[in-house]
Parts: sequence; C-alpha cells; structure tokens
Amino acid sequence: MPSSPASAVETTATPETVRLSGVGFGYAGAPDVLRDVNLILPRGSFHFLTGPSGAGKSSLLRLLTLAERPRKGTIRLFGADVTQIERRDIPAFRRRMGVVFQEFHLLDHLSAFENAALPLRLTHQREAAYAADVAEMLKWVGLGDRMDALPPALSGGEKQRLAIARAVITRPGLIVADEPTGSVDGVMAEKLLRLFQSLNRLGATVLIASHDQALAERSGARVLRLDRGRLAPTERAAA
Amino acid sequence: MIRLSVLRLPSLRLSSLGLSGLRLPSGRPGLLPPAAAGEPWLMTVIAVLCFLACLAAVAASAADRAAHGWARQLGSEATVQVRPRVGETGDTAAARAAETLAGVDGVEEAAALSRKDAEDLLRPWLGDAVLPDLPLPHLVTVRLKADAPASAVTLSRALAAAGLDATVDDHSLWRGEVERSAALITTLAGAAFLATAFAAAAAIAYATRAGLAAGRGVIETLSLNGATDGRIAWLFQRRFALLAAGAGAIGALLAALLLGFLRFLGGSGGLSQALPIAWGDLLLLSPCPLLAATVALLAARFAAMQVLGSARGKG
Repeated sequence: MPSSPASAVETTATPETVRLSGVGFGYAGAPDVLRDVNLILPRGSFHFLTGPSGAGKSSLLRLLTLAERPRKGTIRLFGADVTQIERRDIPAFRRRMGVVFQEFHLLDHLSAFENAALPLRLTHQREAAYAADVAEMLKWVGLGDRMDALPPALSGGEKQRLAIARAVITRPGLIVADEPTGSVDGVMAEKLLRLFQSLNRLGATVLIASHDQALAERSGARVLRLDRGRLAPTERAAA
Repeated sequence: MIRLSVLRLPSLRLSSLGLSGLRLPSGRPGLLPPAAAGEPWLMTVIAVLCFLACLAAVAASAADRAAHGWARQLGSEATVQVRPRVGETGDTAAARAAETLAGVDGVEEAAALSRKDAEDLLRPWLGDAVLPDLPLPHLVTVRLKADAPASAVTLSRALAAAGLDATVDDHSLWRGEVERSAALITTLAGAAFLATAFAAAAAIAYATRAGLAAGRGVIETLSLNGATDGRIAWLFQRRFALLAAGAGAIGALLAALLLGFLRFLGGSGGLSQALPIAWGDLLLLSPCPLLAATVALLAARFAAMQVLGSARGKG
C-alpha cells in the first residue's frame, strides 16, 4: 500500500473508502446521466457495477477517478471530501487508486514493461527497485514474453491484461475497473477475477463495472445495478 | 507495490519463476512520445534566432569597444586655432602657441601644423587646384597626457597669458556624439538580442502548446496514473530545453565561424573600424546554449502550466 498522499487534503481513518451522497452528474450541455446516486463502498469491499449501456457506469467511474466533478451531491474518497477538490490535490488520491480504463489508456511509445511500471515511475521509484515485481506481474497476466512489445503490437486481450497489471502494480487501496474482462477469454477472465479477489483479500476496495453478469454472479461479490442513472438497491450475487 | 509472493495465489508457483533470471529492460524511454514531426523545424528556427542573437551581441560589444576607443583617442588630443596679431605671421603665431602649450602641465606634445601638412590633409577632398589660394587656419595639434590631461580651460589660460589670440577645441563635442552613437548602436543591438530571445520563447511556447494538444491522450494517461501537472510540464520543459540547447550550440557555432572568418579577413583591426571584431568576442557566444535552454525552460513551463491549469477541476 502506498504511503499517505502528501496532499493538502486531509484524509481521516474511516471504514468507508467511497461515499457518494445525492450525486448528480451530466456532461456539459447535456442532461444528467447520474441522478441522486447514493453509494457506500466500505473499506475492503468487493462490488460489481452492472447495467445496460448508457446507464452511467463509466460516468460513475470517472467521478470516482476524479476525472469529472458532480453537478450535485458530495463525493468522499478515503474519508476526504473530494467534491470540489483542487487539481493540484488530485494526483495524491489517484496514486491510491488503480484504474482499469475501458479504452486501456496505454502509452503506445512505451513497452509493455514500461506501461506496467508507469505508476511506479511517476512516483520517482528506481527501476531496479521495481523491475522484478513488474516482470513478475506481467508474467502472471500472461505477458511474460511480451514485455518489450509496444501496445500497437498487442491484441485487445493483451492490452486489457496490461492495463490491469498497471492498475494493480502499486497495490492500491481502491481498484476501479471498467469492463476489465471485456476483451479476454473465459479462462483469463477467471484468472483476472482471482487477482482482483486476492487484492481485495489484502484490503483493497474493488469496484468492477461489467456487462458480464455471469462473472459477477460467480464472483460472490455484491452487485450494484445502475439503470438510467439511478442506482438500484444492493444485492449479493449468487455464489 | 504489489508483491505476488505476498498474494500466495494458488496458480502462481513463485518458486518456479526464477526471478533472478529475468531480463530487465535497460534504459528508460521518455514518457512523452518521440519528437513530433515539426520539431526539426523548430530547432532550425531557434538555431537561426540564436545565430542572429550572437551576431547582435558581438555587434553591441564591438560598437561599444569602437566608441570607447574613439572617445579615448579624441579625449587625448586637442586642436588649437591661432589668429596672428598685427605684424605677426600665422606660422610664427602657431609656433609660439605650440611652444607655450608644450610647457603646460598635462600636455605631452604640441606641434604647429604647417601649411604643407594642412594642405596634405585637405588635398584628397579639395584637389590641388584650389589649395594655393585657400586661406587656411593656423592650427596647433596638442597631445595630452593620458593619466592627467590638461583641460581646455587650462590651455586657454596659458595661451592668453602668452598674449595669443586662440581658440581651443578639446573635441568634447565630437566625443559626445561618438559616445551617443555608440550607445544607440549598443542599445539597438541589445534590443535585437532581446527580440530574438522573445521570438525563440514564443516559438517554444507555441510548440509546447501544440505538443500538449497533440499529446492529449498521453497527458490524460499520465494524469490518471498520478502524475502532477508539474511533472507533466517538466517533461515538456526538459524536451524543449535540450532542443534549444542543441539549437543554441549550432547557432553559436555558425556565428563563431562567420565572425572568425571576418576577423581573419580584417586582421588585427577587425573588418571595420566601426565594428572591430576581436577574438575575445567569440567568448561572448559560449553562454548561448545555456541561455537558449533557460529561455526554453521558462517558456515551456509557462505554456504547459497555463494549458494544464485551464483544465483545473476537470482532472
């Protein structure tokens, strides 16, 4: 777990990693895509976020990653109110998160190894200190022989696994993943799910947005359902 | 940092991984994509600007040196015009004035200018035809001591005391004009230097903005992975500072070659007395790469932080 962020924003010890209260959100010039969302993710919890396309899943994740600001309501992360967070304070929170983007957000000019190591490099860690861990992680996600490959040379599934490796390499306190198994086969999807579960057992709070209802049910995690911008009551997936 | 050995994943047999045998990639590529297509052109533009700035700096230095030399030369001499009294020839009056002035403190040497010498001075301008009939003033040239030169007032008093009707010209009017002209040339050269530096800064700021716009996806990825605005700005600063340093070195080298060639052609006096180039002037060019890099650092920082700051609150 990374050390506490050197930020002007104070965080307090809290049993909740995420708390959204009455959150409304919409993109500029467009109607709300999220309406009155109330959500609590206790520390160490594991949730799936499901819902049809356009339900607002990605928008909700963008709010959690501080890529957007809500129109209404408040957002608390790691006990701190981040609703109107200053831009300069955002990196400290992002370093406590691991985010898997639907579009992968890989750097095409960097090798798979360098992409996976990016969050570590951005915290000025020496390569010698993390190289073995990055290599091991890439091996584990099945990219051990693709460490030098550039993202354009990777398949969709490989890109997705690389994005996941990068998201979890810092062992973040909050893992947010948008369709992390959308481009991989069933075997790899199960394997990646086990990785998220393992990190969850180590204390990470995990929220996965996915269309894969079956995977959500097999995970045994709580399932949150978004429908037309509103969050349906929480249910636990069938084990 | 995650340690998979800590996870104890059932499917992961760490003992068989043989981590010691893992090949670790050597060297680290930059976080920004390789140079954009326009950067060689930017480097060319900055090199040309640095070349011009170097020429302007040397011109300013040479003009200043020339002006000081002329002013020093003018200040070390005085010219006295003697008007003969009734019953006295001009040459006699001039000789008497020269003798009088030679004994004044602060005078190194005083000599009457003969009519022949005066005609020799005028001949290139007027020709031989009119010189014999031309009334010429009776002049005495005075060389003053460099360390404690006699003033025009002192010379006038000495001449008056000797009963001579004379006017002393200590060249102060010319000296002032020369110094003002040199100051103007130096100021203009300095302004040209600043203008080229500003143009270089503007080009770099524009390139930084273009780089930020083109690399929006990269910047978003860096930002979402925890990079601060300062770190992202530094990536651009470093890139453009290195580019500007290289361009500055090229510009300075080209300027040094040109100035060295001119100095070689002009000999010890330089190519022109108005702009005497000295070998030492080439030392002025040595800070060019550093100055160019500094300008680039500041311009890129300003532009990057402005662009990134405009996204404040959007993450």
